Amino acid sequence: MIRLLRKPIMGSLFAILAAIIVGGFILAAAGHNPIQVYGGLVYGALGRPRFIVNTVIMSTSLILTGLSVTFAYKTGLFNIGVEGQFIVGTIAAVFLGFFLNLPPVIHPIVVMLGAMVASGAYGALVGFLKARFNIHEVLSSIMLNWVALNLLNLYIGVERFQRLPTVAHTIQDSANIIIAHEMKRTPEGIARLRESEFLTEVILRTDFNFGIFVAIAAVIVVKFVLDKTSLGFALKAVGSNRDAAEFAGINVKKHMVLSMFFAGSLAGLAGAVHITGISPNTISMLGGFQNFGFNGIPVALLANAAVVPNIFSALLFGGMTYGSGYIQSRHGVATEIIDIMVGLIVFFVALRAVCILVADRLERRVGK
Amino acid sequence: MTAVRMKGITKNFGDFRALNNVDLEVQKAGIVALLGENGAGKSTLMNILYGLFPADSGEIFINEQKVNIKSPAHSIAHGIGMVHQHFMLVGKLTVAQNIILGAEKTRLGFFDKKKINAEILEISEKYGLFIEPDKKTDEISVGMQQRVEILKVLYRGADILIFDEPTAVLTPQEITELMSILRNLANAGKSIILITHKLKEIKQVAEICTVIRRGNYIGSVNVADVSEKQLASMMVGREVILNVEKQPPSPHEVALEIKNLFAEDENSVVKLNSLNLQLRKGEIYGIAGVDGNGQKELVEAITSLLKVKSGSIKMNGKEIQNTSPANVIKNKVSTIHEDRHRRGLILDFSVENNAIIGRQGEFSERGILQFEKINAYASELIEAFDVRPRGCEKQPIKSLSGGNQQKFIIAREVFNDPDLLIAVQPTRGVDIGAIEFIHKALVAERDKGKAILLISLDLDEILALSDTIGVIYEGKIVEELENINVDENRLGLLMAGASV
Repeated sequence: MIRLLRKPIMGSLFAILAAIIVGGFILAAAGHNPIQVYGGLVYGALGRPRFIVNTVIMSTSLILTGLSVTFAYKTGLFNIGVEGQFIVGTIAAVFLGFFLNLPPVIHPIVVMLGAMVASGAYGALVGFLKARFNIHEVLSSIMLNWVALNLLNLYIGVERFQRLPTVAHTIQDSANIIIAHEMKRTPEGIARLRESEFLTEVILRTDFNFGIFVAIAAVIVVKFVLDKTSLGFALKAVGSNRDAAEFAGINVKKHMVLSMFFAGSLAGLAGAVHITGISPNTISMLGGFQNFGFNGIPVALLANAAVVPNIFSALLFGGMTYGSGYIQSRHGVATEIIDIMVGLIVFFVALRAVCILVADRLERRVGK
Repeated sequence: MTAVRMKGITKNFGDFRALNNVDLEVQKAGIVALLGENGAGKSTLMNILYGLFPADSGEIFINEQKVNIKSPAHSIAHGIGMVHQHFMLVGKLTVAQNIILGAEKTRLGFFDKKKINAEILEISEKYGLFIEPDKKTDEISVGMQQRVEILKVLYRGADILIFDEPTAVLTPQEITELMSILRNLANAGKSIILITHKLKEIKQVAEICTVIRRGNYIGSVNVADVSEKQLASMMVGREVILNVEKQPPSPHEVALEIKNLFAEDENSVVKLNSLNLQLRKGEIYGIAGVDGNGQKELVEAITSLLKVKSGSIKMNGKEIQNTSPANVIKNKVSTIHEDRHRRGLILDFSVENNAIIGRQGEFSERGILQFEKINAYASELIEAFDVRPRGCEKQPIKSLSGGNQQKFIIAREVFNDPDLLIAVQPTRGVDIGAIEFIHKALVAERDKGKAILLISLDLDEILALSDTIGVIYEGKIVEELENINVDENRLGLLMAGASV
């Protein structure tokens, strides 16, 4: 029992449970029945095949941005620049998706790789500024997030890149990764999909795309790199004890830049998957951040900065976000309750140490 | 009258019996040394007395009254005070503020600074604890910081003082000073428990020595009746060779040559001032000096952590100053850093992963780590240097005791097959058994033809191991002596900057 309390997952479960309880009080204070609303939330996220698919779509980019934050964290860096890297990834994806003419399958792969290189370089810049000029990564990242946002508006502002005055060109069909996207364009295709009730539900009525497989593949690759390769070893050594790593002859600065490159490229991949996998498959001018990148931070926090748990953490947040639409229309609950819940979870994750304290106390009382 | 009597104390942590029926008795105005190796249960016993956790069985008497100590606050009320090994001071506050912190006496809600300073000075004069009440604690020496810690305890009216390895962080001069402070306190009627594993100090200051070994009470002896050697074998449980046996050196070619080295620290204070040094293979060169005379900077300069202003550091004839730690290692220099937790180990990593930090490339094929090879290599290190417990390859290295961590680091650095091995405070905070082992290993490396640069604040260690002794003072080697019949008195004076 006490050993169980010490497991990291208990801290995460504690955070979720505590957020549910406190959120329940807030709902009750607002005049709602918490049990009904929570029931509605679960139904809205998982209650129908279509809802499940949309939860998965919502979670796909969260897995990747969470992974980006986790990766940087392993090298002892806080990648708050994940938002800007995501945006740079979307710009690169739209550019490559529209201007290149490549066969299907190859085209989206090239788009994703291109976005990864662009965002990787954008992330590496933060690492370089830290290694060379000792500028804290949080400061430079926050600045570069705004730079990315304005870069996007600048891009769309160029006539050659825009379809409408505030919208960039839509990517070519060959770059699209939405499942059966060509069938969904023609009346015959739609008619054929309609023959099956199930396909109508999960393919025709959603943007179900291959992104989730890309995200899971990325999780596997990152897990492999960190656990099994000498590169991952050096990155973790720098993250766990920079002084000892330096003293043992590991080039700390080089590995900080590398780590931020990989973190940036994961955020860029999230951006590319978002563009190629969700209609309208383009970018439009932004007045402020859409938080696709930032949302990776709570995902990574809840996952305790471990690689594989990012998947579950992202599914939870993705489900909550998607399910909030249902409780708004059905129960009249403002979707802001979900932002409050996410905030509460992060708050209680920070209090995770409580579990360890309880374990310590119990141990002292019973003698292990 | 007995001030403290602990009788039949037993404490279990799960299946592990940390203390088994241990007795301890301290007379009023007496000094008792509590001796034991790392992990013998000294701290557990004192934490029970201090009320940090309860004993499973046994009784405690304070001034011959049976007591039940439930918390540190409770034990302070009984007049018990603890001077911790790691100081608990707020650096930005003054000495006086630190002393009264938590026990502030105020008048109408304001500090009565005059009265407080007068009180503190009265106590400090009474026991010969010189301090400057208005200095910030991060601006005073380590020795004075410790006196502040002692005053904190005295200010709260403690009559029974526990000192937890108080000399671990002190220079030889400060140690001498502390010893006389302990005597003053005892003469003034305070009862003292001194936790230590330094035999020399016990002989100097304690009357009674209580020995525990692996949680068992071994016995209490009159310090005057036993030799250091007897104390050591009581502690370790076998014969211990305190003197290092070594043959005369047979030096070969020059390994390390330092010429006219200048370096400053980050505050532009000159730390190395025209330092010259030459070290041959097959020789141990010991650097003797008071802490803060450039020892730290010398190591950092050789290992390229610190940029040097001018001068050269040549290793096997090749200049290595102002390059990178990686380049220095490539030039066959290995370093046992004094701060093993900060520079030596990655505490969150397993033992086997700590074996290959910086060498992960050699243990991979096409970038993939070869776990079997790593495991076998770690086992080799563990076997060769008697790191315990055996089979700890997959355990986090922080679960090993300090002595075993240190043996592991030395094994790792020796296995790098360096031409120059730099050993900085190689036995700091490790127990006698491990010290003996480490000293033997360093001599063995010398005999294999390695150059060894030994930097230690422990003069006995320098004298026991070195072939040549260089005295460092204000960033300069002021004198070099061959280590034959060295006059310790003269050495002490040189270290203090006198020209003899």
